[in-house]
Formats: sequence, C-alpha cells, structure tokens
Amino acid sequence: MTSNEPADCPRVGVYVCHCGTNIAGTVDVAAVRDWAMERLGPHGVVVSRDYPFMCSSLGQELIEDDIRKLGLNRVVVAACSPHMHEKTFRGACERAGLNAYLCELVSIREQVSWVHTDKVAATAKAEALLAGGVLRVREQVPLEPMRVPINEATLVVGGGIAGITAAVEIAEAGFPVHLVEREPSIGGHMAQFDKTFPTLDCAACILTPKMVTAGAHPNITLHTWSEVTDVSGYVGNFTARVLHRPRYLDTDLCTGCGICQEKCPAKVVDPAFEAGIGYRKAIYRPFPQAVPRFPVLDPDNCIYFERGTCKACEKFCAPGAIRLDQQPEEVTLQVGNIVLATGFDAFDARRVEPYGYGRLANVFSSLEFERMSNASGPTGGQIVLRDGVTHPRTVAIVHCVGSRDRNYNEYCSAICCMQSMKFAHLVREHTNATVYEFYIDIRAPGKAFDEFYQRVQDEGTIFVRGRVAEVTDVLRRPEEAAEDGRLIVQVEDTLAGLQRRIPVDMVVLSVGLQPQSDAHEVARRFGITCSSEGWIIERHPKLDPVATMTEGVFAAGCALGPRDIPSSVASGAAAAARILGRIQQRELALEPIRAVIDATRCSGCRICNDLCPFSAITFDDVQAVTEVNPALCQGCGVCIAACPAGAIGGTGFSDAQILGQIEGILMFSGAADTTAVPEAIATPEAVPA
Amino acid sequence: MNEDVKMAPYEPVVLAFTCNWCSYRAADLAGTARIKYPPNVRLVRLMCSGRIDPTFVLKAFASGADGVMMTGCWPADCHYRVQNVKALRRFELLRRVLEQLGIEPERFQRFYASAAEGQQLAAEFSRMIEVVRPLGPLSWGRLPDVAPDLEALGQDDAQADLVALEAVG
Repeated sequence: MTSNEPADCPRVGVYVCHCGTNIAGTVDVAAVRDWAMERLGPHGVVVSRDYPFMCSSLGQELIEDDIRKLGLNRVVVAACSPHMHEKTFRGACERAGLNAYLCELVSIREQVSWVHTDKVAATAKAEALLAGGVLRVREQVPLEPMRVPINEATLVVGGGIAGITAAVEIAEAGFPVHLVEREPSIGGHMAQFDKTFPTLDCAACILTPKMVTAGAHPNITLHTWSEVTDVSGYVGNFTARVLHRPRYLDTDLCTGCGICQEKCPAKVVDPAFEAGIGYRKAIYRPFPQAVPRFPVLDPDNCIYFERGTCKACEKFCAPGAIRLDQQPEEVTLQVGNIVLATGFDAFDARRVEPYGYGRLANVFSSLEFERMSNASGPTGGQIVLRDGVTHPRTVAIVHCVGSRDRNYNEYCSAICCMQSMKFAHLVREHTNATVYEFYIDIRAPGKAFDEFYQRVQDEGTIFVRGRVAEVTDVLRRPEEAAEDGRLIVQVEDTLAGLQRRIPVDMVVLSVGLQPQSDAHEVARRFGITCSSEGWIIERHPKLDPVATMTEGVFAAGCALGPRDIPSSVASGAAAAARILGRIQQRELALEPIRAVIDATRCSGCRICNDLCPFSAITFDDVQAVTEVNPALCQGCGVCIAACPAGAIGGTGFSDAQILGQIEGILMFSGAADTTAVPEAIATPEAVPA
Repeated sequence: MNEDVKMAPYEPVVLAFTCNWCSYRAADLAGTARIKYPPNVRLVRLMCSGRIDPTFVLKAFASGADGVMMTGCWPADCHYRVQNVKALRRFELLRRVLEQLGIEPERFQRFYASAAEGQQLAAEFSRMIEVVRPLGPLSWGRLPDVAPDLEALGQDDAQADLVALEAVG
C-alpha cells in the first residue's frame, strides 16, 4: 500500500451490494468483498464492505459514515446499472461532503448476476469489473454540474388527445406552448370516434371542449397543417424549425364561414378523417368542430390547380381570404422542452388477405365503422352495408387483425377487445342485428371493462373463441345457397371444438394499432430511440414512462405504444408535470461530461473542427488554436479520440479513467492470470446431474 | 505450447465498448430480461462509440484481451446524430492496422444494437466468444496469413520485418 500509491493518495471505499438475492444468488459477495480488500489494497482500497441493500437508507449511511470517519476520497459501489442508482450513491457521497463525481458504480447485476449462471465465473467477472471500477475512480476528478438556463416555452408535437392534454396543462400553469399538428385540425384519432368505451361517452362531447381550450388559450400557439422539419440544441435550449404548409388562405381574414367548402365543385373521397368512406371538397374543413376553424385547400384535387380555372372559392369568399399563390412558410421556435405525442396509425387490414378487406365490399375496417357509427359521419350514424341503404341482419366482428400475429405484429394492441365490444353494443343499438365476436382472448383489464364485457354478453352478442381463417363470398355447402350475396366467416370454434362457417352480412375487422409510418424518421429528427416496430422507448419502462433517453424530450400517448384514451391523457399530463417541474427550477443541472481543449498542447491542426455536429468547436484564428464551447458540447468524445496531439480531454470520461478501467478489468484475467479462468469454467461439469 | 492450447478449451476474454445510449442500454435490457451470455465478456461504458480512441483498443489487447468489440447505436440512430459513423471509419482503419500487427481481424469486431435489442446483443456476445475461442491466446507479431505471401514474393525487407515482429512477440 506504499509503493503503488499515486500522488494524490486515493482512499477508496468498496461497497458490494447483495440486492437481496438478485446479486448474492449468483455472485459470492463476501468473496468479492474480501478479494477487493486483499488484491485491490495496493490500488488504494482502504475499506471493503458488503450489504444486503446498498441503496437503502442504512446502506447509504454506511458509505456516508466511512467517508466521514475513514476519510475516503473515492467510492466504488458494485451493485446495479448506473442508470438505476448512480444518482442515489452520488447523493450519499455529496451528503458526506465528497464530490458526487468521485463515486463510481459497477454493474454486477445487469452485467453479471442476471446474465450468468455459473457462480464461480460470475464471481470472477464481478471481481474483474470491480477492479476496473477502482482503477477508473482513482483517475476521477471532482466535477460540478453545468447550470444552464431553461427556456420556458415547450414544443408539443401531435395534437391528439395526449398532445392537447400536455399543451393545456403547461399553458394553464402559465407557460407558452407551441402545438404542432400535421393535419388541418387538432383532435387526432379521438375526433373520428363516436362513442368511447366502456362508458359510452360521446367522444366529440368530451374532446371538443378540450380542443377549444387549446385553440383559444393565450399561452398556446397552434401550428396546424405543419410539421417539425429540424431540431437542434439540447435540453433547455432547443431550436425547432416548423414548416407551415400553405392552406391557400389568409387566416387573419378567414371567418370560417364555410361558403368556400359549400361552393367548391370538386368532391373527393376523404381518406384521412372519413377513413375513405366519406367525401369532402377540395377546400374543406375536416369536421364541423375542427380547431382552428379555417379550411384547407388540397391542391392535388383542386380544379384551379389542375386546369388553371375555377376559383369558385375565391369568388364567393366575402372577406377575400383565399390566397391561391400562398407558399410554404418556415418558422423557427426556441423551446426548452419537447413532448412527442405523435400517436399511431391503424393497421392496414388489406395486408391480411384472407379477410378480404378491399376485395369484399362489406368487409369494413374498425376506423370505417367508427365513422359510420358517428352521427356526424358520412352515413349520419346509420350502420349500413357498402350500398349505403341496407341495414345488416348479421354482423361479424373480428378481433386481433394484425395483432398477436407473428406475420404482422406480435404485440397486443390493447384497445381492440374493448373497441370491438363497443362496436357490438352500437350495432345492437342501431340495427338490432345479430352480432358475432370472433376473439382469441378477451382482454378487459381496465376500470369497468369487464362489466362492459358482461353487459355486451347480456345484450345477446355471440362470442366465438377462435381466430378467423377466412372471410369469403364463395359458397361451399348447399344450405349456403340461401345466403346469396352474403359473406361466410370460416372459423374454428375452439370452445366447441368445431369448424364453423357462419353467414353474415357485414364483417368489421378490429385492426390493431401500429406506429406512424415515419416513426423512425421522427425519432431520428428528435434524437430519441424507438423499438424496431417504431414505438418510442421510455427512459425507464416502469419508473420513467414518459421521458426518453434524450434529456428534455418527453413522449406521451400512443407514440409510446398502444393505449386507450385515459392512459393517453394520463401520459400527456405526466409529461406536462415533468416539464413544469423543470421550468420552475429556472435552470437545469447538466452532467459535466464535456470536451476540454488544452490550448498549450493544441497544434491548431483543425482535424477536430469538422467532427462536431453541434458546432461546439470553433477555431481561434488569432491564437491559432481550437476552442470548445462547453454550452454547446454534448460530451460524445469524438473530438477527444480524434486529436492527434492528445490535446483534448474529456471530463467524466477522460483517457486516464477509461485506460484505467480497461487495465483493471483485464488485470486479473486473461493472459496475466491464465490459470484462474479455465478453473472457473471447469466447475459446472463437477456438479452432479 | 500449442499442445497445451489444444488440450483444454481456451476461454478467451472479450472486452466490449458500449455507448451509453444504445448498446449499454441493450446490455441492461439483456440483464433485466435475464438473457444469458458467456461471462468472458466485459463491458466498458463510453458516452458514444465515437469516443473510442484507437489506443483504447490497443490497450485492451496489450492488457490481455483476446477480442475487442465496438458496439453502439445503429448508424442513423446515434444519440449524437452521426458520431457513430465517425467511429466506424476509425474501426475500419484500426482493423487494418491491427492486422499488420498480427492480430486477426476476427478479434476486433463491431456490432450495432438499439436500446431495445438486448437479445441480439447477448447473442452477439456469445457468437464473439465462439469466434475468438479457436484463435487461442493473442500472439503478437505471428502474422500467420500474411507471412507465406511475403515469402513467396521473396522480399528480403518484408522478411526482415517479419523476423523483427516475431522477436517482439
């Protein structure tokens, strides 16, 4: 302990956590504790302890006491991932007067006990990682978190119910919000629905007051028919560019009277709001309660844009608001935080070819059914076949279309069981038709969900357990001839153990939810990560469900994964609460992980100058040296690795720390200690079968 | 020496550099999901794969690692926008340098893993061990594949370099 002691005399305390049996079940923690004292003593370890739960207040006090009594100046905790408890132990060090950054967490749970089974090998690996931590912490220096002011404004992307909730919550607290929506109106999918399960609230009745609040709120700026094209900066100080697509009218003059829509001669199918079963004009307001109330002109279907004549809208517009030469406009927004509430897409039922959607007229998707059952929809709330007049006598509702299916999406879309039962209720209510529900399992775990399931059964809906094989109009049996013009649902009734062919008039495919088609692209634009399907990944799936891996970027609603309206609202409000908590602190503490240039060693070669995507590196022409702006530097370390002179250092991840860690990890294994490893691996064969 | 290697299966040690945002999270996820992989893989966390200084890799080999992995976000998904692509450039160059030092290219590999790909990362760790195991311990300057070609060409200088490198090993 004398010869190897470095100049600043590190006094390292080592703490090995059992995590109950999570670690102690696989790693011999007592052996690790003793090994650390014995083998790492020459590297500055002066105390080594183990404890059942280091993160408990008693465990933390153990560290604090040692810092005070033994004069520790470095702490290594061998426990869980730093993403779990780094803050906890840094806090303990700080309370005892030790700089938080002189604490190092070594993950022997996620990286050892949970991924290995051989106790001897796992213990050896825990020791190696611990040695890496000790040699790393020796090179650590005290750091102070960087304090940056936080911009009070928030950018909310997506104007569905989750985004509206987040925007209104923040605005109500007195802070500015920019709400960006790519459709002409806010409201999202919820605006398309008629009723909501299980309470059968009218969706419009509960949504439109929220939409009006958002639209009229003095703290909310709406950017509808717009998209975020670029985001730069970092938490507290983001810069977002928003493209306003032309509506072809001057919203300052437009009164929203609707005369243009009435007089427009171009009538086209509305694939968006009306889900393809209704019509709109070339200049249109997607639905009567749209917020903002201004219409939008669709140049792809406009006669003027096609032939150069018409201008009916312009002629009839009393305030003269139509602007057929309007161009896209880009605005730049400065915001401190971002909420991504970009929602979902409905699964395209055409992909399940045997169900005949798009081929058989009377096979409908759930979104089409929503519009049909909506009183303000294309059929005025009448549930009718594709001919527009015939009421169905028998309706089949097929669950899990595109969900829980290896060929499409493996996950459960969470809302379709309840949605399907809502459909069954609405069909019964509107038409008194016989309704079949074809399901795999009924998933009704929410508040009052199972009671609704019971109610729908009591209403006479017939539940058939089995995945539908095919929907066809090809009749096979003689008795089916009487069913001319009808559809046959071929299904294995798994409760009765029978193959059944059930004739129906109408089939409703309860399609699953999937990420927006550009989810990956959006994730890249905002610097966040999403799953392979495209759902945004939370910072922690349980404990931090609305934050993303990127500081200052939050997520809400179905962009995180399939969920119902109450959950979307809750996540929107949760994201708002997280942001409000930050705004009210007025400044943010950022991890002090930054590149620092030693001007005396910089040769001015400028190799690093083009490497920084955050423009944090500038060149001082007078001194002929490169400089790093710590406020812009994000701490990736690319320039550090690239500097041929070794003039750039990295706080928190310095070369000395990393090289120390590498040396520590390999010091007692591999080439240096070849006998230990084979012995460790040989053990499982000795265990009797 | 070679006889000894053949008798017991060699257990290599692989050092894997991970980035804070994707591959380290994937490793955490592998842990949370209890996905098993060989204990010979040891991780070093960096903020970005772009932080990997070639000297880290040389240090790892010099300290006894039998294999080194560079893991990080998928090319377009870098937390720092494009920095992992810069790491990739260095990777290709460094791999050639290592080859010249007699380190088989198989010993230095890169792998992309998003934060959701714990299973894939664990599988890659297992695969890496199986790739490195037959190579046995690191033998600096052995130049097994390059040597015959140089001899065939009869280049005296190259031969001299080879001898010098063997002396180092």
